[in-house]
Amino acid sequence: MDLSAINPVLLIASLMVAATPLLLAAIGELVVEKAGVLNLGVEGMMIVGAIAGFATAVESGSPLLGFVAAAIAGAALSILFAILTQFAQANQVASGLSLTLFGLGLSALMGQSYVGIKPPQMGDIHIPVLSDLPVVGPILFGHDIILYFGIALTAAVWWVLKYSRLGLVLRAVGENHDAAHALGYKVLKIRLLAIMFGGACAGLGGAYISLIRVPQWTEGMTAGIGWIALALVVFASWKPWRALLGAYLFGGVTVVQLNLQAAGVAIPVEYLAMSPYLITIIVLVILSADKSNAPASLGRNFHASR
Amino acid sequence: MKLTNLLTSAAVALGLAAGAAMADTTKVGFVYVGPVGDGGWTYEHDQGRKAVEAEFGDKVETVYVENVAEGPDAERVMTQMALEGADLIFTTSFGYMDPTINVAKKFPNVKFEHATGYKRAENVSTYSARFYEGRAVQGTIAGHMTESNIIGYIGSYPIPEVIRGINSAYLHAKKVNPDVQFKIVWAFTWFDPAKEADAAKVLIEQGADVILQHTDSTAPQAAAQAAGNVITFGQASDMSEYAPKPRVSSIIDDWAPYYIARTRAVMDGTWESADTWDGIGAGMVGIGEISDAVPADVKAAALAIKDAQADGSYHAFTGPINKQDGSAWLAEGEVADDGTLAGMNFYVEGIEGDIPQ
Repeated sequence: MDLSAINPVLLIASLMVAATPLLLAAIGELVVEKAGVLNLGVEGMMIVGAIAGFATAVESGSPLLGFVAAAIAGAALSILFAILTQFAQANQVASGLSLTLFGLGLSALMGQSYVGIKPPQMGDIHIPVLSDLPVVGPILFGHDIILYFGIALTAAVWWVLKYSRLGLVLRAVGENHDAAHALGYKVLKIRLLAIMFGGACAGLGGAYISLIRVPQWTEGMTAGIGWIALALVVFASWKPWRALLGAYLFGGVTVVQLNLQAAGVAIPVEYLAMSPYLITIIVLVILSADKSNAPASLGRNFHASR
Repeated sequence: MKLTNLLTSAAVALGLAAGAAMADTTKVGFVYVGPVGDGGWTYEHDQGRKAVEAEFGDKVETVYVENVAEGPDAERVMTQMALEGADLIFTTSFGYMDPTINVAKKFPNVKFEHATGYKRAENVSTYSARFYEGRAVQGTIAGHMTESNIIGYIGSYPIPEVIRGINSAYLHAKKVNPDVQFKIVWAFTWFDPAKEADAAKVLIEQGADVILQHTDSTAPQAAAQAAGNVITFGQASDMSEYAPKPRVSSIIDDWAPYYIARTRAVMDGTWESADTWDGIGAGMVGIGEISDAVPADVKAAALAIKDAQADGSYHAFTGPINKQDGSAWLAEGEVADDGTLAGMNFYVEGIEGDIPQ
């Protein structure tokens, strides 16, 4: 055992990178669920975003353009979900699941000719002086721009949901869509926009995996991160900052676990692998006393005539 | 996968009506653990499948299912294939061992071929390649090339095949560089690009400047490339898109000749349960071109090891070798027998850490 081999600064820095796709997807889904829609298609939207972003970045040579394309692709796929659930009144759980399966298949098809290609590199930002500071430099000032965007997005979502009129309307729709409708808010329109926002965020998260974290395209490369993002929203009890904390916790476990292994610490991997889920269960039990957290209309379809 | 499923179900529906007409085609099924586009292990098996189709044309029909989880799911997929009239089924991952044996019991007339396992039956053969021969070549290059003397190794599952590879690589790295140290992480997956990339990054952060992988995706190659001065080896497939650096060489699995031979045996009715374990000499293990990033003398040393194994004059596990706890395993000049190798569950002396149980 040689714990000194683990560099805590590098550990935290790579932990933040590992957590970012999770954070982006979770923040998007959080907004969707706050609007009262349960979209289980996060994994599918992520993987489509991953290939759309990858393909665009390769063709255009610009990773940033890739991220834009990923957001558009994720949102486009989510529109399919919105049409099914909001207009055709289909079951949200079934539609979400099929969206994931569809996304996995579609991405494999789109990615046929992109296997084994290297994407253009997204450089880390480098701020003179700040990035060179010991300890805080690599942790706070040495990342790529999307990572900061994820944190900024968390702050923005928190502010909007808590303090803005838009956030209040969104929450009203999620808590009681009939009352919101009676007040004259366009429930379907708001939900459609929320779903598209969720799709765009999931797409960004997927592209972060294929363009920065891995970076390459392989089929099925999101490998369940979308599902963890879904669990994370519940874990965070629909609060953005807790989602950030949860993402670092969930994302960190993998990195910490691998670090411990490489340093020769023999903790059975199974314990670390199940720890985030264990924590989720414990948190859920604690939160079950407080029913006010989940949006009351979550997963229920709305039709103006009812 | 979806399309294949659809087509195979359609084939079942048609099969009842057209059974007599289709009797002269041999149906060969393949069960894959990852996607065919993984660029590694499953990709090479699928190349083998395509070679079977190219060889026999209309006389053969192949079906495959990818991304099949090891466990009960595998049994379901195999049963489905057997029910749909497959004559020969290749199950291409270690974790399919017990499912293959179980399903084979239920379908005595269907031939099964299980890759990298050790359980056989009347209608179940096993086949594998001596990847450890390739690992000996990689270890030689790694030992010469490392400057930090730390070599990172990404293991998948702690099974004999992987442990054999670690031991072989270590022994040969140690031979040319006595100070070399192995850092081993277990990813507990065959295919998870994000996790494999993380594992590679962790090893690099902890000082490794050579990464060996026994997982199937090219993600560690990409991570090594991003890190800069790190070298890697292609696993299962050439991964030449990362040459000349980080990827300096590779182990290439070539299943095509074996798949063609076994399919022909089924057609001729000469198929028998067997245990095939071929290496560099028989061509089942190929060594990808050693790139220019490797100095000429190191390349020559690596090729010498390769050639000596190919003609049988050298065995990767030749004594004296002690086990990790210091007890003697092989005496001077003694060569490991296949039985011990097939069930290898111990590290050799010098490797630190425990094998997860």
